[in-house]
Amino acid sequence: MKLTVNGTEHELDIEPEMPLLWVLRDELGIKGVKFGCGVAACGACTVHIDGEAQRSCQVPAGDVWGPVTTIEGLGTPAEMHAIQEAWLENQVAQCGYCQGGQMMQAADLLSNNPDPSDAEIDDAMSGNLCRCGTYPRIRAAVKTAATKLKGV
Amino acid sequence: MSRLGKIARRTFLVSTAAIAGGVAFGYYMYRRPAANPLLDDLAEGEAALTPYVKITESGITLITPRADSGQGAYSVQAMLIAEELDVELDQVAVDPGPPSPAYYNTAMAGEAAPFRTTDDSFMANTTRGVMDAMMKFMGLQITGGSTTVPDSFDKLRRAGATARETLKAAAAQQTGVAVANLRTEAGKVITPDGTALTYESLASAAAQIDPVQDVPLRDPSQWRMIGKQVVRKDTLPKSTGTQAYGIDFEMDGMVHASVRLNPRRGLGARSFDASAAEAMPGVQAILPITGGVAAVANNTWRAMQAVQAVEVDWDTATPYPEEQEGHWQILSDSFIEDRLDSRYRDDGDVETALQGESVIEAEYRAPYLAHSPLEPINATVLVTEERVDVWTGTQIPRFLQAEVEKITGHAQDDIHIHVLMMGGSFGHRLEPRVVQEAAEIAAQMPGTPVKLTYSREEDWTHNDTRQIAMARARGTVANGQVQTMDLGIAMPSVIASQMGRIGLPTPGPDLQIVAGAWEQPYAIPNYRVSGYRAPGLAPVSSWRAVGASTNGFFHETFLDELIHAAGADPMAERMRLMWHDTSRKTLEAVAEMSNWGAALPQGTGRGVAFTMSFGVPTAEVVEVTRTDAGLRLDNVWIAAEVGRVVDPNMFENMVQGGIVWALGHAMNSEVTYAGGAVAQQNYWDSEGMRMFQTPQIMVRGLENDPARVRGMGEPMVPPAAAALSNAIFAATGQRVREMPMMKHVDFV
Repeated sequence: MKLTVNGTEHELDIEPEMPLLWVLRDELGIKGVKFGCGVAACGACTVHIDGEAQRSCQVPAGDVWGPVTTIEGLGTPAEMHAIQEAWLENQVAQCGYCQGGQMMQAADLLSNNPDPSDAEIDDAMSGNLCRCGTYPRIRAAVKTAATKLKGV
Repeated sequence: MSRLGKIARRTFLVSTAAIAGGVAFGYYMYRRPAANPLLDDLAEGEAALTPYVKITESGITLITPRADSGQGAYSVQAMLIAEELDVELDQVAVDPGPPSPAYYNTAMAGEAAPFRTTDDSFMANTTRGVMDAMMKFMGLQITGGSTTVPDSFDKLRRAGATARETLKAAAAQQTGVAVANLRTEAGKVITPDGTALTYESLASAAAQIDPVQDVPLRDPSQWRMIGKQVVRKDTLPKSTGTQAYGIDFEMDGMVHASVRLNPRRGLGARSFDASAAEAMPGVQAILPITGGVAAVANNTWRAMQAVQAVEVDWDTATPYPEEQEGHWQILSDSFIEDRLDSRYRDDGDVETALQGESVIEAEYRAPYLAHSPLEPINATVLVTEERVDVWTGTQIPRFLQAEVEKITGHAQDDIHIHVLMMGGSFGHRLEPRVVQEAAEIAAQMPGTPVKLTYSREEDWTHNDTRQIAMARARGTVANGQVQTMDLGIAMPSVIASQMGRIGLPTPGPDLQIVAGAWEQPYAIPNYRVSGYRAPGLAPVSSWRAVGASTNGFFHETFLDELIHAAGADPMAERMRLMWHDTSRKTLEAVAEMSNWGAALPQGTGRGVAFTMSFGVPTAEVVEVTRTDAGLRLDNVWIAAEVGRVVDPNMFENMVQGGIVWALGHAMNSEVTYAGGAVAQQNYWDSEGMRMFQTPQIMVRGLENDPARVRGMGEPMVPPAAAALSNAIFAATGQRVREMPMMKHVDFV
């Protein structure tokens, strides 16, 4: 089985029903994608497949239909994506465990809707749970990121 | 530890650091209140050199022994040291350090609270009440009870000051310049001619001299960091997906484990058939553990699949009611003298006052609740003949050593706990279960590191939950004022349940049963709070704000009912009743912030509530509006008296998050039992708050009492549900006396 993650192609010998989440974490050692619930209820495992946000715990490895991007592929501490910069500037994170998934969801939102309203932000982000309750800051960071991306 | 042990430990620490070409600083805390001989003994423990600052030729490390479950504990501890040490956070490393009695939590010891004068007896009682139940943890390194900041505020600044002055003394020896003429800045000692000596270059010399003790702390007017926003050291990794948590830990040769426990809490397996599971891909072993079975495989998912394939015959003698109704029945039957646990508030003459005809009565309910931090509990354990290593996110590292000793038989000195970053806790990681189980598995596989990761379902159904609780209240009003309030609260003893699991006795009343109710600063003429201890319920544990998380709801919703019956304004009558000035100022602050009393649109209502918990007076106003889609939460205003806001940025984020936590659970969440097992399995069943329900939240930290610096991890929780319930009443005329409130009203 072949899988392209963050621009690198991997050859894997695994069960096709293994969820992409566990392929990334345990087979490829890509740990920015998080296990939270296993049933698409929390969004911590959100990645992009072919540029679109997906819950990787619900995608069997054999069904992956395009290149995969994780939070590590969005940007790095040395070269941050505008969304990551916005998360840093707004100091969004408390425990931070959900934030990789939140940022991947926000990236999907802003690529489809560069200027979302408050209601559109709430709609797009409400599938991503944050137990620390950082939603006020996530809202602010999405707006900061939208401004940054428009300025580019 | 014996006195000899303390001396040996001190020698060891200093000499080790010196050999490595560096130095470790602590501070001697030798002045203690002399009234209590027990405290004199404890103070000896503190007289050990307690290292918070390590400097070697290669760098500066600040030791931050209170665990960070996400609310910024590492950063706030580092700030307090750095304030006096004169270093910037971006030039130091931060490390939680090893488990050590040197890092015991002073603020956990209620009797050590510095309240002695008659004027302060109310505050003293409040603080002792909160801390009393945690006394058993004394001598243990524990994070909890909103104590990180109060415990650290002086201690860590002193550690920084001692280190700074010792480095200056070393610089004075080297340069011949008098200490008085040296200054420090950004990790350097600077001489009058501008020569800068880095702390690292002075480390070896500093290790050769006695640490300078008794350094006066700087006046607040000189503070560079406290009260100002800093960028947390973990913000960059947490903004880029590069922060490693316990669940991400990895080492060579590590295997993955998953467990399945008897759905009936606290029972085990009679027998199991592992043959199907053993044949699955990647599976290495199916092993018995206390309470169930474990699967070990070469991948987390394969272990989770395999453990589900084990055929298990479970024990069924459930030690609590099989069905939820039975749990409520036990509480309902507990308002009797036999089960009276405490009655520390009994002002005026409640019995006589309640003889009249117009007695107002109400009953309230609060459910069991799961902690469910987003990172499922996990631990990696390696057992060898010589030692045990544990890598995990925990609030109780010292205690884990004792639990692992019981399982593997290693001496505690040979059990090494490596504390890793936590993806949330809310009290969940005060429990040792996952480490006990990982140790049981690893002990059966010596030499192989085992990472145990709970599935969400297992985490949810075997969570030691928040207490279930019920309140019965009676009261009277006259002449537009509240005259009588008699509140009885029944719940299981959280502390007895929690301590019982680790084999510790808990004599005396459990003040958590009445926390957030008995110690409220209201001068109600006839005022009584009774705690009833309910037996035979499911296991419970400390959930953010513990007893006060339910009792703030009971007390403040019923007080609101009385105020409305009296025809008074909820804000004005609370202010009139409140004798404690610092507390009243929190009400004045939220009244001002929310413009309380202003005309509101049709369908909009506001509620106010106040709870003092963990020594923090906290007032909140919640505003809701009726819409076609249900009740919408618009705004929340909160003011809390914490003495000092150490980092306003972290403070705001944590308080807003705590409001989301408290309101989300009050609206949407519960844990119930069916057939002896927890009925909820995952976030779909009980999910707290999501973004679309989140109101605007305006936060103000008050500093009217800077002599008493307090922690804010929990105090925002207790008043929130009551303020919401009171707002719903204002908007709809409907009283909601049970959580989750969605059973009675529809939310957007």
